[in-house]
Formats: sequence, structure tokens, C-alpha cells
Amino acid sequence: MNALIEILSANYLLIYLLVFTIILGFEIISKVPTVLHTPLMSGSNAISGIVIIGAILLIRQSPSDAWIELTAGMVGLALAMVNVVGGFAVTQRMLQMFKKKKK
Amino acid sequence: MNTAIWFDLAYLMGSVGIVWGLKRMSSPDSAGAGNTLAALGMGLAILAAIFYPLGDADNGNLAWILGGLALGSAAGYILAKRVAMTAMPQMVSLLNGMGGATAMILGLVEYLRLGSATTDFGSNLTVVFALLVGAVSFSGSVLAYLKLEGKVDDKKITLSFHSVFNLLLLALVLGGTMALSYSTDWGIGLLVLFTLLALFYGLSFVAPIGGADMPVVISLLNSFTGISAATAGFVYGNLMMIVGGILVGASGTILTLMMCKAMNRSLWNVIVGGFGSVAAGVATDTNQQVKSVGLADAAIQLAYSKTVLVVPGYGLAVAQAQKVCKELDELLEANGVDLRYGIHPVAGRMPGHMNVLLAEADVPYPKLLDLEEANDFLNQCDAVVVIGANDVVNPAAERDPSSSIYGMPVLKVWQAKNTIVMKRSMGKGYAGIENPLFFEKNTYMLFGDAKQTLQALVAEVKGLG
Repeated sequence: MNALIEILSANYLLIYLLVFTIILGFEIISKVPTVLHTPLMSGSNAISGIVIIGAILLIRQSPSDAWIELTAGMVGLALAMVNVVGGFAVTQRMLQMFKKKKK
Repeated sequence: MNTAIWFDLAYLMGSVGIVWGLKRMSSPDSAGAGNTLAALGMGLAILAAIFYPLGDADNGNLAWILGGLALGSAAGYILAKRVAMTAMPQMVSLLNGMGGATAMILGLVEYLRLGSATTDFGSNLTVVFALLVGAVSFSGSVLAYLKLEGKVDDKKITLSFHSVFNLLLLALVLGGTMALSYSTDWGIGLLVLFTLLALFYGLSFVAPIGGADMPVVISLLNSFTGISAATAGFVYGNLMMIVGGILVGASGTILTLMMCKAMNRSLWNVIVGGFGSVAAGVATDTNQQVKSVGLADAAIQLAYSKTVLVVPGYGLAVAQAQKVCKELDELLEANGVDLRYGIHPVAGRMPGHMNVLLAEADVPYPKLLDLEEANDFLNQCDAVVVIGANDVVNPAAERDPSSSIYGMPVLKVWQAKNTIVMKRSMGKGYAGIENPLFFEKNTYMLFGDAKQTLQALVAEVKGLG
């Protein structure tokens, strides 16, 4: 119990942020129409590539001779970047298709 | 002077870009700009992470970072340019798995960095949790990808007691999470074992879910990756990672629940049940005969209708028939037919799959009706063309309480004057149940590959004029 209270009080602001982001997320996403569900999904998928920040920080903090760590970090970084670039690019491609037949 | 604040502000701007971008995704007109905005936010975040002042902890290693960025960008760009619109569910699963893999790798490395001295349960737990969720989302997404590619047969990888097996596995994995968080003294062997177990759990979790349930599982995995990114955000104390991850988690969760609702099933039922166990219930009346229709008759019927509703399903995607479908659409429109499309929320293999395919074929989106609009339209509809859809047009969902899909909202195509069903064979849909629609007195079957049949139909309609 004490451990739990400690975790909560140490991270109070983060938990605050967490709760409000969840509310914000539900508010925003529930307004997206069915037509756009696939682009929404691939777009939000790209956003989950935000984990790339972690990979960058990890590499920057690794000792320069820690090959295994650096390699692992680079693999993680590259994979996250595939997620980011691939996700946004494919979303753009889809949305362009929705756009051109507006007329 | 402390310059970190400028970089924190850059993260803040990046977060606002992501939030605002997602918000603009709510209308087809602004969605493109929204996506660009979110991408800019992400770019800003990457720059901020590269230049954020870390003081003594900073070892540079810029070459490693740039190398990873270049590799990832090239691969991502090529994938995105090459993928066919019909393969979008696979693409999304694959990309999703990569985000999960990164969270897993971060968890692994950070756990080893904790060393044996750390006793802080809370911070250990965040690291292990990022590792766990990342691993599950990674292996689960890879399996989902393989399933969608048709490389894995659902039945071969599902045990008869699979749900019990999965629960045991889950308990084991959660136990491992607790153990690794209480103490960091276990050594690398146990960490690796735990990671393998988590990967295996991801496979086993996705194994029994397939076919028409794919939209649910893809949404769910999307949400997992978001949660793993947010957890990694706690590890690094990075607010933007938390915000981005949680937004994705929320969007994945909402889509998951929407898909479940569209099938009138609970999430639990999708994960644990599968259709297999209940499918046997419906007895088939062997006296019933289906009527098939010739191409010429079908063409005449459609060309002289006032209103036509096309109901596309996964079969349209498999046959890559969206462009021929649009051709038929244009011909009929020229004949004065009011043609619309009825899109069931779970048609296809991911949320919105059919909409994207039809958009690729240049069908204007106001012609795409959702479930309710389509059912209104069906009240006064002359003819319906069902292309490769089955369970979403099954009247048993309304009439037969013993059916496994009873209560699922469906497109009531039998209310139209005539229904033409294009199908490869009399095979059953994913739910494995008979579709009484095929035996209705105003239903006509048109057997064959969706694309070839549509092409032949287009030729016939042309011949009429």
C-alpha cells in the first residue's frame, strides 16, 4: 500500500496529464466518421511511433563503445521510424484519394 | 542559463500538432491537412529529442541516430508508396508491430541499465510493462499480418482449449512482470525468458481470432502499441511520448469498441470465443433451392432500376474489383440509376476498409451510406448487388434467435425488390453459418469471381445501350 501511495504522489502531475489526455483522446476520436476510419487508424498508428523519442534518448545516453546497446537502440530507432514515415505517407496517400473526387 | 525549457516547449508544440492534427481528421476535407500537421509535430519531436540538452549523460552517438533515421525513413517510404489499397490492413498491422518492437527493445535495454541496485518497484514496473506490452503488440501484429496475407491458417494454430491456455499464459506473464519489478537481481537469463514468453503470449492471443474479427484485433493491437509508447514515456519522463501514446491508445480502444458493437458481441467474446463453438446451431432446410441468374438478365434488371444499392464485402477486396465496380456504377448512372453503396462497419478486414477501396476507385464519398442510411435507402430500393459480402447481409441476425449472429445489426437487403448476390461459391461466410438470404424468393445468385463477373456484367450493360 505504501509503495502504491509513493508511486502516486511521485507521479501526481503525470497521472493528471494521463487522465486528461485519455478524455481528450476519446473526445476527439469519437467524432471521426466511419468513412475515415482506415486513415484515422494508419494516422494514429504513425503517432504511436512517438516511441522514437525514447530510442533517440537511449542512443544518446549509451556509452560510445557499448556496441550491443547501440545496435539495439538503432534497430529500435529504425523500426519506429518505419512506423512514423510509413504511417504518415500511407495516410497521406489515402486521404488524397478522398480529396480528388470532391468535385 | 537552462536551455532545456526551449526543447520542452518544442515538445509541447509537437504535442499540440498531434492533437490538432487528429482533430482535423474528423472531416474528409480537412483530414489531409490534419495528417500533415501531425507529421510536422512528430518531426519537431524528433529534432527536439536529438538536440535536447542531457548534460553529462550525453554521449553524442549522432551517427547511430542518423543511420537509424535514414534506414527507417527509406524503408517506411518505400512500403507506403508500394502497398496496394487492398492490402491496407496488412500494412497497418505491420507498421503497428514495429512501434511495439521499439517499445520492447527500449524496455529490454533500460531494464539491463537498472542494474542490481534498484529497488524502486514503481520505476521497475514501468520498464517491465513497456517491455511486456511492446512485445505482445509486436508479435501479435506480426501474426495478424501473416493471417491477413493468408500465410497462416487460423484453425491450425488454435487449440481446442485455447482460451484457458491463454488465461494461464497471461497469469504467467503478469507474474513474471511482478517478479521482475520487485527485484532486478534475476539476471539476464530470466529477462530473456520473460521476453520470449511475452512474445509467445502475443502470438497465442491473436491465434484464435480471425476472419471477420480482424477489424477488432487490428484496432486492439493499435491501442496496445499506443499504451506501450505511453509507458515508455513514463520511463523517460517524456510528456510528449505519454500524450502521443495515450491518444493512440484511446483511438484504438474506441475503434475496438465500435467494431464490437457493430457485431453485437462483447470484446471478451471476440477474444475468447470465436464463432466456432456456437456455429453448429442452425439447421439447414435441404428442400430450399437457390436461383441463379444469367448475366443478361442481371444487366437488364440493374439498368432499368431506379435505385440500386451495392453492398461490398471482403470478396471485393480479394478480387481487387473496386475499379470495375466503379465502371458499372458509371454505366448505370448514365442510364439514370441512382446508385449508392451500403457499407457495414465490419465489412472487410479493418475499420473503414471498404471506404478506402471505393475512394481509390474514385467513388465520391457522399455515395457511401453507413448502416443506418443504407437501411433507410433499402426501403425504397429496386435492386441490391451484394459483392463478396455474406454475414453482414444475413437475415438470420434478425429472425433466428438460435443463430450465432442473432442481434448483430445487418444490412436488410431482403427488403429491396430484387437482390443479386455475387459469390464465388455457396461457401459459408466467416461465421460458418448458412445464409437464408440466398434462398429468399427475390434473391438471385451470380456465381464466379467478383472481378470477372463484374467485367462481364459491364459488357452486358454496355450492350443494352
